[in-house]
Amino acid sequence: MYDGGKIITGIIIGLVLLAFPIWYTHGTAPPRPEVKLPVKEKQCVQPKAYMKTNHMQLLDLWRDSTVRAAKRIYISDDGRKYDMSLQNTCMSADCHAKKTEFCDQCHNYTGVVPYCWDCHIEPKEPKEKSEEKH
Amino acid sequence: MNIVLSLIVSGLAISALVVIPFAGVWAAPFYGVHIEWLFGIVIPYLAAITFFVGMIYRVVKWAKSPVPFRIPTTCSQQKSLPWIKYDYVDKLDNPSTRLGVWGRMILEVLFFRSLFRNTRLQYGEGQSIKYTSSKWLWIGAIGFHYTFLVVIIRHLRFFTEPMPFFVKIIENVDGFFQIFLPTAYQSGLLLGAAATFLLLRRVLIPQVRYVSLPADYFPLFLILTIAGTGILMRYVLKTDVVSIKELTMGLVSFSPKIPEGGISVVFYIHLFLVSALFAYFPFSKLVHMGGVFLSPTRNLENNNRAVRHINPWNPKVKIHTYEEYEDDFREKMIGAGLPVEKKVAPTENKE
Repeated sequence: MYDGGKIITGIIIGLVLLAFPIWYTHGTAPPRPEVKLPVKEKQCVQPKAYMKTNHMQLLDLWRDSTVRAAKRIYISDDGRKYDMSLQNTCMSADCHAKKTEFCDQCHNYTGVVPYCWDCHIEPKEPKEKSEEKH
Repeated sequence: MNIVLSLIVSGLAISALVVIPFAGVWAAPFYGVHIEWLFGIVIPYLAAITFFVGMIYRVVKWAKSPVPFRIPTTCSQQKSLPWIKYDYVDKLDNPSTRLGVWGRMILEVLFFRSLFRNTRLQYGEGQSIKYTSSKWLWIGAIGFHYTFLVVIIRHLRFFTEPMPFFVKIIENVDGFFQIFLPTAYQSGLLLGAAATFLLLRRVLIPQVRYVSLPADYFPLFLILTIAGTGILMRYVLKTDVVSIKELTMGLVSFSPKIPEGGISVVFYIHLFLVSALFAYFPFSKLVHMGGVFLSPTRNLENNNRAVRHINPWNPKVKIHTYEEYEDDFREKMIGAGLPVEKKVAPTENKE
């Protein structure tokens, strides 16, 4: 081999760069995030599998419908009626009240930063200490 | 091979690469066969191993070829006598120092300078011809490579936890326009557009079509199909991203596991095509990723006139120098009246 030192240096630099995910993770995969599902309400607007993959498109539809067409009633596939509202329906006290225990779990895990909160105000979550006082 | 046959061969190869994971992940469960582990774990690992071993093999193989002298395939004046003009352009195009070589390599690797200098022959009036600058290939190549880089960096969100800062920055810039939901990334669309342009260029320009082979069409088809399945998965068919990340994180942490509940077949098709790309990489034209750094016409300073480069494969030649010749025949030469360099030593010879 000619210029062995340079070639080996080059190969090592290449390997280190390409293997970035391996040494960055160094062998420990974080556990799959667990979302806290609501206790009272058993049924979501649409089936779970659909919500898992398409919730952002549903919310987008809701936003356009309420903001641009002033239509606020959503009828699910099986005929239930809902008020199209992120904070009053989805994130009501009976459902996904806590952003940190529901939305953020998967979004943080997969590195998604939804721009819901550019306009909406994040619902206040009582801290652990204040809950103890009640 | 003519164009129709080339396109058919490449197209069939791509179809096979789509049908295999589809049959294995979507159709096989109907017959009670569950082989997601094959497409989700075994094949990606094998492809990655093939990629790394193959790249090292190729680079070492190149490094074993001697480069006996510097090949000055440049358009610039080489360093010569002090009164011959040798300014910064020449120092970059025809460098005589290591620093100049670094400059030339950086321009080549990051900005594709060789393509930038592409010219096109044009016919003028009557007999006249002219060469004009032609930047289309350069634009297509720059667009293709850099969007591909952005797409690869964006995919690090599936392979790191927590995400490094530069992935977040790239994602933000890439989704700057906040069009569509999930946010449309410009890079994906531009990558598809650039690859399509490079494909059309091959198909539509007769001279380029003439020199194109299945080995040129196949990688383009493969990358277009990978981009296509990725875009389809993200925007149209939708998949469970959390499960995908669970699988990919298992792969990079060497504790692979197929997530419970399964992942849709589009993901497996996408992954299988990417595995095919990785495995194909070291044995195809795509290996220029490593090869560009080993281009002898780019990475060596042109100092043929200043430094003697000895050919490493020169055989050992038995040399008989003039001095030795004179030693052999000195007395006879003197006797014949021929001039000699060394006079006969006066003492010993006379005795």
